[in-house]
Amino acid sequence: MKLVVAIIKPFKLDEVRQGLTAIGVHGMTVTEVKGYGRQKGHTEIYRGAEYIVNFLPKLRIEIAVNSDIADKAVEVITTHARTGQIGDGKIFVTPIDHARRIRTGETDSDAL
Amino acid sequence: MGTCASRCLRAPAALVATAAVAFTTPALAATPSTIDPADTAWMIVATALVLMMTIPGLALFYSGMVRKKNVLATMAQSLSAVMIISILWVAFGYSLAFVGDGTWIGSLDRAFLAGMGMDSVHPGARTIPEALFMLYQMTFAIITVALVAGSVADRMRFSAYLLFGIAWFIFVYVPLAHWIWGGGFLAQIGVVDFAGGLVVHLSAGTGGLVAALVMGRRQGYGSENLSPFDLSLAVVGTGLLWVGWFGFNGGSALGANAHAVMAILTTHLAACAGAITWGALEWSTRRKPSVLGMISGAVAGLGTITPASGFVAPWHGLVIGALAGIICYWACTSLKHRFNYDDSLDVFGVHGIGGLTGTLLAGVFATAAIGGTAGLIEGNPKQLLAQLYGVAVTLVWSGGVTWGLLKLVSAFVPLRVSREHELEGLDISQHGEALQ
Repeated sequence: MKLVVAIIKPFKLDEVRQGLTAIGVHGMTVTEVKGYGRQKGHTEIYRGAEYIVNFLPKLRIEIAVNSDIADKAVEVITTHARTGQIGDGKIFVTPIDHARRIRTGETDSDAL
Repeated sequence: MGTCASRCLRAPAALVATAAVAFTTPALAATPSTIDPADTAWMIVATALVLMMTIPGLALFYSGMVRKKNVLATMAQSLSAVMIISILWVAFGYSLAFVGDGTWIGSLDRAFLAGMGMDSVHPGARTIPEALFMLYQMTFAIITVALVAGSVADRMRFSAYLLFGIAWFIFVYVPLAHWIWGGGFLAQIGVVDFAGGLVVHLSAGTGGLVAALVMGRRQGYGSENLSPFDLSLAVVGTGLLWVGWFGFNGGSALGANAHAVMAILTTHLAACAGAITWGALEWSTRRKPSVLGMISGAVAGLGTITPASGFVAPWHGLVIGALAGIICYWACTSLKHRFNYDDSLDVFGVHGIGGLTGTLLAGVFATAAIGGTAGLIEGNPKQLLAQLYGVAVTLVWSGGVTWGLLKLVSAFVPLRVSREHELEGLDISQHGEALQ
């Protein structure tokens, strides 16, 4: 089992969700987050006063998938979240040791 | 008001004195009523429109431009101006500003509305009940005090604001209103101010600038992100101010007449021209026309046309609005940064500079056929000199007295919240509430 964590631009959520659903990913957790990468935010100007906005709004998507479709999920997210502009985000994949569905007590792959 | 001011100016001093004495005596109640239903209806609407300018107009306009942690505190300043100034106006403000023929100050004959009956009329507004004239003028006093708060947003202690607001109303607003609109010395030398370029905007702008200088810059000014919380609130506030301004300037004709319509038309055109000009300047210099820029230009146009609105032709409104966009843009984006003062919401840059500019332009564009006063273009350079004198007096009086009052208030209450409270936000530290 793998945990795929993707940081994406907020307006790309629907496309990513549809793509993941199409390959059989049944659930996801979405969190509104703020952060920055190499581009270091952007500049906003209010009545001539310039402010550097370091922390840009992003969405953090977490999906737990079986190892055999993890690469496919990463590919789908990459395809659907990409704009080609700076700030498209990043994807991290980590192993999951154990999973459990709270309602039924099912474990590991059965719990996903 | 413009009507009052110009009428008072042209009337022989003896006549003014007679009228002033007449309406302050109990015999006035027996005077045959000249109250006109149409004028009364319009002035009730205009009064409501101007009150709407403070709550919700200014409250939204200002609070949209501060940070989230100071939204309620900013709204509280507008709200408290309505609560407190209304009562002080009835108690003595109206009487001192608009009753009596003193050169420097009015009288207390109408204190607590003494002697004001159902049929009473003010000599400057004979076709509406005096109570309505008093109410209409009250709304101007309210918004002027509320305007000043924008300069010191994010850092002034609420208790200090209340004390300062009360003192500022008594010692800055009331005398200025009397000098210009109540037949005082500025009116006597011919200064014209249709709806408050000097009395409202320059006085509030100058007071705000001095307050900003005395109190110092906000924590993090120039180094941290102090960007607005929610400009959509400011846009809604601007819309309410814009519509409210129809009552502000149109109501200053004091009747349901063509003069009011011309003032409203001029006002609307100036707002449009100001918004376009400010937006265009941003577009050309910074590649994007910001929404904050467009609403700033609209308010600059509205503030700048205010003193001239009843004296100039509609196309003058376009010119004055466009000049307002250029000059106030320069004041907010260049002048302020050159001198590095922190006028939080640009009260001086938008209202102060706008009021100053409009007052002088009234002396240039005043058209006798519109408001009964000729300006420079119609061959009366003396009007421009009178306007310049009015500007100088307002700058010196509002600036000097504001400084003195802040020093006085600070002897009783610290003007500024503590550093910790400023960082925490005024909503929690001053009011025990916060937006989640």
